[in-house]
Amino acid sequence: MIEVKNLTKNFDDKAVLCCINATFETGRTNLIIGQSGSGKTVLMKNLVGLLEPTSGEVLYDGRDFVKMTKREKVAMRREMGMIFQSGALFDSLSVLENVEYPLDMFSSMNYRDRVKRARECLARVNLLDAEKKFPGEISGGMQKRVAIARAIVLNPKYLFCDEPNSGLDPKTSLVIDKLLSDITKEYNITTIINTHDMNSVMEIGENILFIYKGRKEWQGNKDEVMDATNQKLNDLVFASDLFKKVKEAEQEDAAANGRA
Amino acid sequence: MFIANILKNYLTTFGTYVLLMGRSFARPDRFRMFGKRYIKEMAQLGVDSIGIVLLISFFIGAVICIQMKVNIESPWMPHWTAGYTTREIMLLEFSSSIMCLILAGKVGSNIASELGTMRVTQQIDALDIMGVNSANYLILPKILGLVTIMPFLVIFSSTMGIIGAYATSYIGHLMSPDDLTAGMHHSFNEWFVYMSIIKSLFFAFIIASVSSFYGYTVEGGSVEVGEASTKSVVSSSVLILFSDVFLTQLLS
Repeated sequence: MIEVKNLTKNFDDKAVLCCINATFETGRTNLIIGQSGSGKTVLMKNLVGLLEPTSGEVLYDGRDFVKMTKREKVAMRREMGMIFQSGALFDSLSVLENVEYPLDMFSSMNYRDRVKRARECLARVNLLDAEKKFPGEISGGMQKRVAIARAIVLNPKYLFCDEPNSGLDPKTSLVIDKLLSDITKEYNITTIINTHDMNSVMEIGENILFIYKGRKEWQGNKDEVMDATNQKLNDLVFASDLFKKVKEAEQEDAAANGRA
Repeated sequence: MFIANILKNYLTTFGTYVLLMGRSFARPDRFRMFGKRYIKEMAQLGVDSIGIVLLISFFIGAVICIQMKVNIESPWMPHWTAGYTTREIMLLEFSSSIMCLILAGKVGSNIASELGTMRVTQQIDALDIMGVNSANYLILPKILGLVTIMPFLVIFSSTMGIIGAYATSYIGHLMSPDDLTAGMHHSFNEWFVYMSIIKSLFFAFIIASVSSFYGYTVEGGSVEVGEASTKSVVSSSVLILFSDVFLTQLLS
């Protein structure tokens, strides 16, 4: 479980995140949603230590990441996996080498075991046949799947995904969402996903944190999103015609049921 | 105020550079991985530059010899003057300083654009998240690789320059090979070879560290990567020229 307490982040004098309080539970897909520029990525960077919070606490199962020493943070990072918006695969390494890299760096496994484990992870994301290819030779969706395989190869306790569906078609997005949701359950990890994709919200949003202009506006789950009364959340969710129509259809059904 | 701002910017840049070097010169997380990268960087930065070093050195050696013969030698000058001056120029300045200026363009832009692209595509962030000291993992093998391979490039350059000079003699028949050989042997001081190598070690460090600094600290996108690449070449070249003056004074 990851808890965020009164987290504030300023760039010079400008507050980008203000007093964020949230809990991200283990074994569930936790989503951070908000418009572009709302502070989602800054929040995630604060969680993983790529940025230092101006104030506040980030507790990993009760351990305050902000107050940890450099050595403790390095050890802590070995329990984290992260999937970046761009995939962030190493261009000079093949798909198999990319997945094997964390094992090569941090495990005491021999070469055969490392390759075996890397292949297991590639099989988990259905990419075994692409192991010899380089990142530049595979599609965006495949790159995201390789990034997922690399992120889970060390059996992390915490998985972070920064807009994993950006630049992907709806069908591939669904595949990625399903994969992330399944892996979360399978390995019982704490998964936090940054997204503004409403399909993902409705598909895998078990715990949703809505941020608006650096402040927490709403927290709930996918079943509560459609009926939320928060106007700023509604502006985001119902910006799409599809969700507007779904909402209207639900209201009509409810009215019909009421009349009956 | 304007000067104070410029000074502040320079000091900030220098401070950031020193801090980055501090992070880079740390004990590698895994010596096996470090060894792999060290050998790869020696091949990529050094061995891949041998061709251009040999080509340029051959022609510059030949041209210097021709210029010396045509413009300096006269009946009042010794017959070995062209050979002697060609050797001194190649050994003292061209093979170390000018060759490093050329390598600052080739190797420096390569390093800055590679690291810059890694930065903007979040590959460096990915390393940091994994708990890898990215500066140490990426920069230290480049610096040590180039510093290791540079003396060989200097020796190859000097040798090829002298071969170029001999080519003017054998192919161009500009002077007799005996005159050239006499000039090459005249007052030879072997310290000049060591001096050239010592200077090149400093220049190799400047090229690799300054280019790595500009590449590693890029913020933005492809335009900024291009700017970093240009800045790295300009800064490395200026620093090589400045340090050449001090090193020449110190070692002579």
